[in-house]
Amino acid sequence: MSIADVPVESRGALAAGRTEVRRELLRELLHSKTFLVGATILSIWIICAIFGSVIAPHSPYAQNLEGINQAPSGAHLFGTDELGRDMFSRVIVGSRDILIIAPLATVLGTVLGTIIGLVMGYFRGLVDDVLGRFVEAFLALPLVVTGVIALATLGRSNLVIIIVIGLVFTPLIARTVRAAVLLERELDYVAAARLRGEGSLYIMFVEILPNVSGPILVEFTVRLAYAIFTVLTLSFLGLGVQPPSPDWGLDIASNYGQAAAGFWWEVLFDALAIATLVVSVSLISDAIQGVLER
Amino acid sequence: MTRFVLKRLGLALITLWLLSVIVFVLGQVLPSDPGRSVLGPLAEPSAVRALDHQLGVDKPLLTQYWNWITNFPGTSTQYQAPIGPILGPALRRSLELGLFAFVIVVPLGILGGIVSALNFGKPVDRTISIVGQSALTVPEFVSGIVLIVVFAVELKWLPVTATAPTGSGFFTDLKYLILPVIPLVLVLFGYIARMARAGTVEALESDYARTATLKGLPRGVVIRRHVLRNSLLPTITVIATQTGYLIGGLVVVEVLFRYNGIGSLTYNAATQHDIPMLEACVLTIGVLYMVVTLIADIGFSLLNPRIRLRAAE
Repeated sequence: MSIADVPVESRGALAAGRTEVRRELLRELLHSKTFLVGATILSIWIICAIFGSVIAPHSPYAQNLEGINQAPSGAHLFGTDELGRDMFSRVIVGSRDILIIAPLATVLGTVLGTIIGLVMGYFRGLVDDVLGRFVEAFLALPLVVTGVIALATLGRSNLVIIIVIGLVFTPLIARTVRAAVLLERELDYVAAARLRGEGSLYIMFVEILPNVSGPILVEFTVRLAYAIFTVLTLSFLGLGVQPPSPDWGLDIASNYGQAAAGFWWEVLFDALAIATLVVSVSLISDAIQGVLER
Repeated sequence: MTRFVLKRLGLALITLWLLSVIVFVLGQVLPSDPGRSVLGPLAEPSAVRALDHQLGVDKPLLTQYWNWITNFPGTSTQYQAPIGPILGPALRRSLELGLFAFVIVVPLGILGGIVSALNFGKPVDRTISIVGQSALTVPEFVSGIVLIVVFAVELKWLPVTATAPTGSGFFTDLKYLILPVIPLVLVLFGYIARMARAGTVEALESDYARTATLKGLPRGVVIRRHVLRNSLLPTITVIATQTGYLIGGLVVVEVLFRYNGIGSLTYNAATQHDIPMLEACVLTIGVLYMVVTLIADIGFSLLNPRIRLRAAE
């Protein structure tokens, strides 16, 4: 069974109905101050991530050993680090790795989690029980600990980070999707589809999935914030993004000693960058939850 | 009640066994070569084989699993010493740090959640929610580094590290733990406050709260006697599940503040490829998490008459 089996007219009608609902939600979102503030900050960081090397006044890698540990000034807005690299440029370009890794990991977890959650919720019974046990055992370890183990043993690469975070998110997202599916599967439209003789795959992905997209979207934004949190933490621990990347977590780890010696600007701006990025994502998440709950 | 506890205990034991297998398999599939990592890259292959044999890593997997479980926690390859005497004190120090964080954050989070719920939809509520939600997404090392820069480096009010000189009194120890505890508190506050808020909002809208109000009880009494009792139940569960996040946070905070707890021990074991130590740490963390959730489950049922009575029948 696939989408090709749906009569063309009804496919159009379904899509139209959904587009209207989506447009309505988007309109409400655009009226929410929380969303606007979050989206503005996030857009700035996305622009930095894409065009960073063009915007940055200096090269983030260019060392200047005659101008090390300089306090913020007109020439170097955020000062320079212990190798004389311009912190302002490093903060701008540093947004790139995190904004590639975290969303990819979250997408991976959301896709896998949605599939497993649909299966668990729709079939219930044995499949649900077995998968549920695994979710339990997985949850006994904190994500950062799992990440530390995986990266220390499998090697430090961005791909490993994406896969590990994605896989750990999978059961968490599956649990949310499962709960939503359990409610949906009792509704008349599912019974109707079954009476029409639709297959399980069709019912799960074409009938139920669009109706649980709200909780999935919320879960995605919440997880995205947590992925950013975890990726940066792993980089800080020296297990994530590797030098000489100007990644924020990595920079804080390597400039920590300098900060303790009084050169506070070498970590403070990175810390503020991280704080604004994660807060912008949680503002967006908060706004979406607010709109969907109404 | 006894049956309920026994059932939960049985499930916990099964999950624990699953975890031990996962940890053991992790330790095996991890690309590590114990003999090689101890003797270094220049050692003779025969010497490496001999040491591998002495360590027992060349035996069948089932034998290795049995040896590992019966000799738990075993010997650290990094320190060449039994793990127990290293892990024990580290665990105690982490528990001190974690307990300190809980002692601060639990009352604070519950209070925040209740104030939020009582002002539902008002600016106070929005502020607490947004501050809480933002704080829980800021990584511990970020708030930690800002605290260090401000309070330890610039103002010099508090020490940069978390470990007090040996032989210090209780209050000196506590002073060293203030800065490390704040990042943990910030992250946990949001979760607890959100749960307490949701529970209180639900209890406020319930029929029994309405009945209590309608029969003329003052609002304060309704909240104290009828609402809080019920609203705090779900909060207990969330506090227990936060133990997991707390331990994850401990890894970062202990590394940042140079504190010798189980978090930094796990981190060092992982980066030094000290597999026996890593396995012992991870299993300890898993057991800790399970014990706490088990206690929370039992506590939850003790406080909730509906579960207690059903179990008694």
